[in-house]
Amino acid sequence: MADKQISETAPKKGKWTRRAFIGAGVVAGGALVVGVAVRPDNPIGRLSPMLAKDGEQLINAWVKIDTDNIVTAIIPHVEMGQGIFTTLAQMLADELDADWSKVRILEAPADAKYVSHDIGREFLAPNLEVPAILEPTVGGTFLQLATAMNLQITGGSFSVRGTGQRAMRVAGAAAKEMLIAAAAEEWNVPAGELRAENSMILHDKSSKSAPFADFAAAAAEQGLPNKPKLKSPKDYKLMGKAMARHDIPEKSDGTALFGIDADLPGMKYAAVKAAPVVGATIESMNVDSAKAMPGVLQILNMGDFIAVIADGYWQAEQALGTIEAKYSKTEGDALNQDALFARYASVLDEAGDDGGDVETEKGDVGEAFAGAATKVEAEYKVPFLAHATMEPMNCTAWVRDGKCDVWSGHQAPLMARKAAADTLGIDMDAVTYHNAYLGGGFGRRSENDVIIMATRIAKAVPYPVKMIWSREEDTMQDHYRPSATSRFQAGLDKDGKPVSWSNIHTHLFDPQEAPTVPYYDIANHKIRKIDVPTHLRFGPWRSVDHSQHGYFIESFVDEMAHAAGKDGYAFRRELLAGSVRHLAVLDKAAEMSGWDKPLPEGHGRGIAFVPSFGTIVAEVAEVDMTSGKPKVKKIYVAADPGFAINPDGFAAQMESSIAYGLTATLYGEISVKDGAVQQSNFHDYPILRINEMPEVEVAIINGDHKRLGGAGEPGLPPLAPAVTNAIFAATGKRVRELPLSKVNFA
Amino acid sequence: MITLNVNGQTKEVDVDPATPILWVVRENLKMTGTKFGCGVALCGACTIHLDGKPIRSCSTPVSEADGKEITTIEGLAEEDGTFSKVQQAWVDQQVAQCGYCQSGQIMSATALLKNNPNPSDQQIDAAMAGNICRCGTYVRIRKAIKTAAGVSSETQEA
Repeated sequence: MADKQISETAPKKGKWTRRAFIGAGVVAGGALVVGVAVRPDNPIGRLSPMLAKDGEQLINAWVKIDTDNIVTAIIPHVEMGQGIFTTLAQMLADELDADWSKVRILEAPADAKYVSHDIGREFLAPNLEVPAILEPTVGGTFLQLATAMNLQITGGSFSVRGTGQRAMRVAGAAAKEMLIAAAAEEWNVPAGELRAENSMILHDKSSKSAPFADFAAAAAEQGLPNKPKLKSPKDYKLMGKAMARHDIPEKSDGTALFGIDADLPGMKYAAVKAAPVVGATIESMNVDSAKAMPGVLQILNMGDFIAVIADGYWQAEQALGTIEAKYSKTEGDALNQDALFARYASVLDEAGDDGGDVETEKGDVGEAFAGAATKVEAEYKVPFLAHATMEPMNCTAWVRDGKCDVWSGHQAPLMARKAAADTLGIDMDAVTYHNAYLGGGFGRRSENDVIIMATRIAKAVPYPVKMIWSREEDTMQDHYRPSATSRFQAGLDKDGKPVSWSNIHTHLFDPQEAPTVPYYDIANHKIRKIDVPTHLRFGPWRSVDHSQHGYFIESFVDEMAHAAGKDGYAFRRELLAGSVRHLAVLDKAAEMSGWDKPLPEGHGRGIAFVPSFGTIVAEVAEVDMTSGKPKVKKIYVAADPGFAINPDGFAAQMESSIAYGLTATLYGEISVKDGAVQQSNFHDYPILRINEMPEVEVAIINGDHKRLGGAGEPGLPPLAPAVTNAIFAATGKRVRELPLSKVNFA
Repeated sequence: MITLNVNGQTKEVDVDPATPILWVVRENLKMTGTKFGCGVALCGACTIHLDGKPIRSCSTPVSEADGKEITTIEGLAEEDGTFSKVQQAWVDQQVAQCGYCQSGQIMSATALLKNNPNPSDQQIDAAMAGNICRCGTYVRIRKAIKTAAGVSSETQEA
């Protein structure tokens, strides 16, 4: 997700790729030299002054202990339904040995002190293995870099495995050591004789005990421990337990506040309509009837969009509906969906066996394929997808006296603050950004377009203004999951064992490993990509590129299994033979589903396996095709996230990913006509409803407590191929293009 | 001036009678628990009760509430803040994720259980199919409705 985040800061200068930064981060840190070339356009010159200071503290002010012994965990991530406030607080409180009933949670402000140090690091140097002794130095460098780029973000299923593991736990353990050191001084006993439990410091020898609060002030005078000792799993008290989520009560009585609930004295409401073709501008508009409508205060031609401001949102929306506008012609007008897929095909044709950018290559696929006993080839397609968060895009802004306040729900609060400042041409210090709960994020709320629009409107009026997008705008002006075509060739030897794997696909965004299958034992690989950009805006969509490649890869693996005359589960077992953790997950999903047990006529089972975001997931889908339309009955999920900090929260994310993925599999399609998105609301962009929701059974395997994986995204990629492989098992029909609503099963 | 009865209280609002109840409740009465999702009665996020029946407040003009009782999510708990059975079941089953649709889900579920205290799976699906949840909390919504009905979900599934 972060590549896009980074590119937002410099959208016209080409993407600031990970590779460009590796040199900048490490070389400038001075502690470690990695031989990565610095590109000519690398902004190292601008960043180097910020990297001059080394050894930044990794522990920020992330925990507060009040005089009433309340422990407050300050969470540098946003809550969008993934339960992160609770999970990160669990990690901090466990290391601190805090009394869970006395733990409070506070979202960190949009401030540079709370940048996502580890997210910065992950994106800057994802494959950099650092010797343990250099960790603090390298970490400090990356904190500096992340600060420079305003990376206070929530995405990439990274909060627990990054911030949680390397910051919240460390902060909790460090705070505990400082409290113990302060108590040791006060009681004049060796620190080694003290321990912490339930927010108390205890001295067992003398039966003395006192609350944390008694030592809080003295603890603050202690030096920060260099390497606070983290617990091993046998000592976990909160980690690994299904703790009730902190935010659920207020989300059950209507008191939870989302961005759209911002309310200010004298606030007015803006309804907006952007040019239907992104990039076009308004040439003329007829506002005669709109002007005369009740409550209307202002009608603004913002160039790329129209804003109507009124006393109430409904009044603004009604007036906006009467405005007729003419838009400029753009190159984007020529884009049509069928032509786009035709363009993908011709670009892939032209690339032939050697064109395109090679992403990974191992061995010689040409020779292996030529000599293969069986050859398998297939092409798959997926459409653009919208995010369709339940809370439509919105933002409230108030510009006055050279300052600005902004209210919204955003995945990257600090970037939102920067975007508002840049829009107004003022210093970031003059902008206060107020984040609220996000009514769904899924990557959509990592974009700054909404913040920029609201700030522009607010600049034009003397009062606070709340801009709300209609569902139609939300659907038609998204940053879409890109459409893509992917082609495969595989060779199998006479025993049905794969010997070559070739793939070429349009588009690569993030994560870079999404199209690769290093876990499958195939001797020769070649994976290439060709970018086919369009004028449509694209962005991260739950699981990002894995959402496409999970479907492509696992469909093709199933086709290979079929060509080899093998069962899909058995075939994958052979390919995973080297990996214990991978096999355990695959076996668990098969076992739960009763893989070998017969199903009624017209029913089928399909299996798919996709490791992503550090978590290994296998899913088995059971589909009923007897009505001629797919009815997904049940999904079995086996997942190994290393260690599930909150198992119930993790299971909820699996359930959620299945619903999100199933919507895309069954219905998801954004299509383009004359450059404009054709879908507008839930009648033509349908979302899975409760009567279509399959039963879900989740098994969690804690395979490696030292290497945690993500939760929000990894459940999604295996879903589509599990379903389409099940359809194949039931009907013999292979689905090579999504969504299923376009497929005729008659 | 339009006189409304909202959660047992009388409120006067000066609005166009064609204004959807949703916006009157959110903007004029400052009760933001009821949510805007689609504007055309397709998603259920704005569900409230009018005389005990679930309606889509985004598409119902405030004039239709004249002489009727409006109940919103803010009106479900007891005066001392004790959650209703349905709300408590939502907490017990850890239903909400982003939470944006949940006011509407809870209002639909409350109306369902009022008319049918022991709904079957099919009846739950039918009554709740008008409420979209993009986080896909449907599995837990089914369980919570059974919990609120006093039927343990385990018993039902067996």
